[in-house]
Amino acid sequence: MSFLASPQLWAGTLSLAVPLALPALGGTFSERTGVVNIAMEGIMLIGAFFAAACSHWTGSAWLGLLAAMVAGALIAWVFAWAAIRLAADQVVLGMAINIFGAGITAFLLNTIFGYNGTPTSTPSLPNITIPAIANVPVLGWFFHQQSVLVYVMLALVIAAHYFLFHTRLGLRMRAVGENPLAADTLGLNVWRLRYTGVIIGGVLSAIGGAYLSIGILNSFDVNMTNGRGYIALAAMIFGKWTPYGAFGAAMLFAFATSLADVLQGNVIPTDLLSMLPYALTVLALAGLVGRSTAPAADGIPYTLER
Amino acid sequence: MDAFLEVAGLTKAFPGVIANDHVDLTLRQGEVHAILGENGAGKSTLMKLIYGLYQPDSGEIRLEGKPVHFNSPRDAIRAGIGMVHQHFMLIPALTVADNVVLGDEPGGFRYDRKEAIRRVRALSEQYRLTVDPTVKIGSLTVGLQQRVEILKAFYREAKLLILDEPTALLTPQETEELFVVVRHLKDQGIPVLFISHKLDEVRDIADRVTVMRAGKTVGSVQVKGTTSQELANLMVGRDVVLRIDKQPLNAGASVLDVENVSVQGHDKHERVKGVSFSVRAGEIFGIAGIDGNGQFELVDAIAGLAKVVGGTVRFNGQDITRLSPAKRTQSGIAYVPQDRQADGLVLDFDLVENTILRDFRRKPFSSGGWLRASAARVYAESLIKRFDVRPPNASRKAGELSGGNQQKVILAREVGRNPSLLIVAQPTRGLDVGAIEGIHRELLKLRDSGKAIILVSLELDEIMSLSDRIGVIHDGQLLEIVDGPSATREQLGLLMTGIHPEDGMPLAVGTETSSSAPSSPKETGGQS
Repeated sequence: MSFLASPQLWAGTLSLAVPLALPALGGTFSERTGVVNIAMEGIMLIGAFFAAACSHWTGSAWLGLLAAMVAGALIAWVFAWAAIRLAADQVVLGMAINIFGAGITAFLLNTIFGYNGTPTSTPSLPNITIPAIANVPVLGWFFHQQSVLVYVMLALVIAAHYFLFHTRLGLRMRAVGENPLAADTLGLNVWRLRYTGVIIGGVLSAIGGAYLSIGILNSFDVNMTNGRGYIALAAMIFGKWTPYGAFGAAMLFAFATSLADVLQGNVIPTDLLSMLPYALTVLALAGLVGRSTAPAADGIPYTLER
Repeated sequence: MDAFLEVAGLTKAFPGVIANDHVDLTLRQGEVHAILGENGAGKSTLMKLIYGLYQPDSGEIRLEGKPVHFNSPRDAIRAGIGMVHQHFMLIPALTVADNVVLGDEPGGFRYDRKEAIRRVRALSEQYRLTVDPTVKIGSLTVGLQQRVEILKAFYREAKLLILDEPTALLTPQETEELFVVVRHLKDQGIPVLFISHKLDEVRDIADRVTVMRAGKTVGSVQVKGTTSQELANLMVGRDVVLRIDKQPLNAGASVLDVENVSVQGHDKHERVKGVSFSVRAGEIFGIAGIDGNGQFELVDAIAGLAKVVGGTVRFNGQDITRLSPAKRTQSGIAYVPQDRQADGLVLDFDLVENTILRDFRRKPFSSGGWLRASAARVYAESLIKRFDVRPPNASRKAGELSGGNQQKVILAREVGRNPSLLIVAQPTRGLDVGAIEGIHRELLKLRDSGKAIILVSLELDEIMSLSDRIGVIHDGQLLEIVDGPSATREQLGLLMTGIHPEDGMPLAVGTETSSSAPSSPKETGGQS
């Protein structure tokens, strides 16, 4: 069991949790306001592509991150418009965005950068080490050589919890996800609150995508999210639509993946190990942790009859 | 007295129907004013117009003498109008305090939860609406949820309270508690608009009543000095028979024999404790009792839907205690469950599908695994005609019909199978006077044609006007079976609370289970 004491396992866990926790957080925001969001995969890809492309064009990874956030907000806005204003089926819409995200990013990559992909000179976001944390035993293992986005993610998890459960806007957003008619009669603007939730969700998912392209790497690959958006969906449900829950679930899935990495070459076949996160997903969703209840009005468009 | 709210010539039309046609209404300062009318008379439309959910086509609303125009409920709330909807506008996942303050929360960017709880607590003391602000709505009873709705109105400084069919979902005790609250509000000078179609409660709580019929106001009267009969006639627009004349009883052989039956509820508690009675062909056996005393578990058990843990149920001499519900149905038991929308119908199915729900496996409705749609349609149409279901269109979805017509469809389906025993639970709940009369006539017709009928109802008047014999259930025990025509309200009311009128003593749990009790412990009535 010596591998349990290896910093690589724990640093890997935290690092791999970022592209799960952020979109899971994003999904939480969207669904808490009552819009079912399975489009995290597509939004992540779009975020990842624009992060790498703008990082290359401007020479600044920070501007790349900003571009990812803007792109994520825009695509989420389109999604929100169709889901809220046009009352389109949200699951079908989410699927459409996933397929669109995969297609458009592959197309743009090939037309703009050719078959060599994004240039190797693309800048990436810096890694940072905070001595005060890095020198703490055990905790320090987690923070060994981490991207700045790891710290951002942790801050966002705490901020999201505070926002949803301790601010007036958060209370209102949760209210429209549970009973929009009741919220409407009390003078809340259901549509605007839902737009807010979906767009915040888009931005968070896009940051998750940017972490893949300019956080751990400095390039964009076709379909580089590799299903993480869907695992994030599972993490959101597993986490019972709460920020801390989503983060915890993301850490669990990430641990399974990291474990598979560390134990590679060991007696256990690698393929079996890489199955672990997915098996965990199934177990989690099968109700291993008790039933989780979605927001009551999740997925139901709100239309006014006047 | 000053008029607090005046409605003059208010008109609202929807495609194909004028829901409100020049409606007039005057609500005076500090009075409880009832709006009485059948379902579909336009009461709800009127409330929505006053509350800003709909915009009137013409007419005027005046609040304290000044004309007002509400574009949305927000405007109405701001003007001091509080409304408790029939279907509560609450968020079960949030706490009482969260629900009350939502939309007008204390705090800046941060939500000041402590302050919210403090304010709600203060309000609930002021208006005597006791409820814990920190619990989730989902864990409250319907009666308590209603209090939260009233608190919501007063948190927004309502000067007028509108209650839309407030007692529809309440138990009799909760209704009484609500009336205490309403009287307290009246004492504080707050006018209350009380929407209802129940005559008795209107007489009980209101000072004045405005009657609506077919979208029009037919008049406002002082409750004192008006009889129920006069109100009913105003409401329906013709003479209504509140108590129907019955043919003399012509009972045949015993159809159902329930012997010492005990039933377990879903929560594994014993809900029915050793009940015995029998029902004969051609009679209506009423089961009276306060809600929650085991009456519904008892009839569920007879229909095969609840677990019998002791005793036997015999139907036409045959032991059916362990038979599946489907087998019981086939042998001639029909059941009209109390919740017509959840258990009686599939609301998304049309009337053809709903009428063959029990028989679709059988010829002529199917053969070789294929449904025979034409045979089913012919059958459905014949039932629709026989039971006068409106609109008479078999392609309509059940969910599109009014409550009374939904009930007719269920009754038609059950009776159309020609059963020898019909169990009806709460057959007229939520129906208006006209529809109730129709259902009652139908039940009496079935009785006169020789069916055995078990009627479970929480409405004592319904039990009394229909039943030939009445069994009173209390705490899972059948305390007494009394003769229907000679039973009095007082006698039944006492029995329902567990008190025997003869000795005036509350019954100890687990004593009497017999059906006829010529009372043995007479001497306990005297002094010690």
